[in-house]
Amino acid sequence: MTYVRDIGVAEEVVQEAWLTCLRSLDRFEGRSSLKTWIFGITMNVARARRRKEARILPFASFWKRDDSDGKRPTVDPSRFGADGMWASGPDSWSSIPESRVLSSETLQRVKTAIEALPAKQRDVITLRDVAGLDAGEVCALLSITAENQRVRLHRARAAVRKALEEYLR
Amino acid sequence: MTCRQVVELMTEYLEDALSALDRARFEEHIAGCDGCRAYLAQLRTTKRVVGKLADEPIPEPLEAELVKAFRDWRSTSQG
Repeated sequence: MTYVRDIGVAEEVVQEAWLTCLRSLDRFEGRSSLKTWIFGITMNVARARRRKEARILPFASFWKRDDSDGKRPTVDPSRFGADGMWASGPDSWSSIPESRVLSSETLQRVKTAIEALPAKQRDVITLRDVAGLDAGEVCALLSITAENQRVRLHRARAAVRKALEEYLR
Repeated sequence: MTCRQVVELMTEYLEDALSALDRARFEEHIAGCDGCRAYLAQLRTTKRVVGKLADEPIPEPLEAELVKAFRDWRSTSQG
């Protein structure tokens, strides 16, 4: 649950979403998959909660820059030479044992990196790569264009990759 | 294409959203560039590791609450 930061809040959100799902089950008409429908409800509850918390903490949105839809480079420019080619290229991870790549410490790092993302990117990477929804489902759930979805996914994955690179080096 | 440009196209490549021309130029670059191939592999690994978070167990107190909520709902909805 990475739409909201605090585990206590997350539990309340899941519970409220769960109850909303149960209460409105008769209204589920099968136009979307049940999974998408449940996610939709959960997202709405989480968003309402986030708005409420943003009112309580008005500065939270100021100190955290959100460039989710921006065009700034996702890889530190100093890693490229003047010709735009790699100066310090990424290491191959193929020699790192699978047990390390998927260790609970690694997963914890990844979780922390996702939690630190701006909400727009966090939503997309969570729905796509954790929950396994496809691009069209995520666009519909979040009411965003295919391009916005891709840009947010790109920035989110790049940020998590960077965190992994720092950890796995 | 430079490496700096190629890394920013990687998600579009993985999502199959590049035009045929850009895709061909992308693949041509990747074929000759160890750094960009490694970066693409890292992004694929990142996606895989993120996917593992779905297997994380639900915290026990939360699971208990949810089961209770479901039981309460069933007993009220079935009268």
